[in-house]
Amino acid sequence: MARTFLCLLALATLSWLSCGHAAVLPEDRADALYHRYDGGGVTIDGPSLLVRKQVAKNVSVAANYYVDSISSASIDVVTTASAYSEKRTEMSVGADYLYNSTIFSTGYKNSDESDYTANSAYFGVSQDLFGALTNISMSYARGWDDVSRTGDSEFSEDVERHSYRLGISQILTRNLLMGMTLETITDEGFLNNPYRSVRYLDPDSERGYSYQAEIYPNTRTSTAVSVRGRYRLPYRAALHSEYRFFDDTWGIAAHTGELGYTQPVWGRWMLDLSYRYYTQTAADFYSDLFSREDAQNYMARDKELSDFDSHTLGIGVSYEILPEGWRFFEKGNLSVRYNYIYFDYENFRDLRDDGNAPGTEPLYNFSANVVQFFFSVWF
Amino acid sequence: MKRCVATAVVLALIGLSGCSNVEPWVKPYERDRLADPIMFFDRDPVSSAYTHHVYEAREGARGGLGSSGGGCGCN
Repeated sequence: MARTFLCLLALATLSWLSCGHAAVLPEDRADALYHRYDGGGVTIDGPSLLVRKQVAKNVSVAANYYVDSISSASIDVVTTASAYSEKRTEMSVGADYLYNSTIFSTGYKNSDESDYTANSAYFGVSQDLFGALTNISMSYARGWDDVSRTGDSEFSEDVERHSYRLGISQILTRNLLMGMTLETITDEGFLNNPYRSVRYLDPDSERGYSYQAEIYPNTRTSTAVSVRGRYRLPYRAALHSEYRFFDDTWGIAAHTGELGYTQPVWGRWMLDLSYRYYTQTAADFYSDLFSREDAQNYMARDKELSDFDSHTLGIGVSYEILPEGWRFFEKGNLSVRYNYIYFDYENFRDLRDDGNAPGTEPLYNFSANVVQFFFSVWF
Repeated sequence: MKRCVATAVVLALIGLSGCSNVEPWVKPYERDRLADPIMFFDRDPVSSAYTHHVYEAREGARGGLGSSGGGCGCN
């Protein structure tokens, strides 16, 4: 199937190469970002540095360095393990090549932490059509991960991933842009967390339940389709919206909706407001409390696979610090963004209070504060 | 996957027909509003990549989000 998709990618590329509309490479810019996530007993922070530069008439290259410094005492950790700290480092490089009206993109990414290494490479092609009213893009990515387990030198597993992505964006009117994306991802290998456990009813246990290691299927295929729009209001401001439907072979179905508003103010300031809603059904093999040990072939108690909703309120402010440019910089921005996220679980229970009978504990919920500060320059 | 391949076929056919002279109904000189950064699908890639990572790490859903390329087509 991957070969079929790649053949079609090549066919589309060849068919686009003879078209004559101009496309453009991405802008030269550099960003330095500090991020911090704090919620549910987990704190994650670190930098992200992204540089993109045109290095020849038709070639633009980009590099990103990203770090997550994690300090976790999440509900899973508190109830079944010990708090821990770790660091994840991610590096990626990419290049875009402009040929007539076609942009070819390729890149490689590596993510490394003490017990997990992930690698991926991608190739994509995009094309402006019909007087640049339409842009079509296709990409393929392959990933290969190595999974290990701290304190167990014998444990070594791997995962292989394939991603197929198709996109179209369209100018509909002088004030309205629309876009659609379809993405299918397949995974094969060790897909569960090697530390996570499920709980089951155990009359011999003092608290009424015991734990055993979770077991996931070793394959997963998911499809996501999204549609987004951006509308320029009669005054200088924009509304945007996005909807995504997701479905996978584990039985998870999800809907994501987002609305946002962008308003320049006082000349050099930009204000962004947004609201995002997310809801999903649980995986077929998820349960907060299984009826007995080894109750099913596959068992999970990962709250990311449970039934839950989340709400996000976001605000962002940007200030243009170099409106006239400086030396070889064309302009610069300072930005801060804050998101408040509330997660509400429908069938994942909070086990921190021992005073309840198994299966009657209160349902879990938590909120998270997510902050980003970043400095951007264009050159 | 079948949906992916079907869409790829459609895109290839659109590509083959894209060389015909379709008259743009929004002319290049009418795209000044769309060229404004407030109309960019992905105004700050470093920020949107981080935001997607925050969600993907905590949700069962994945993929399909983010810019699908293109822009105002006015350069």
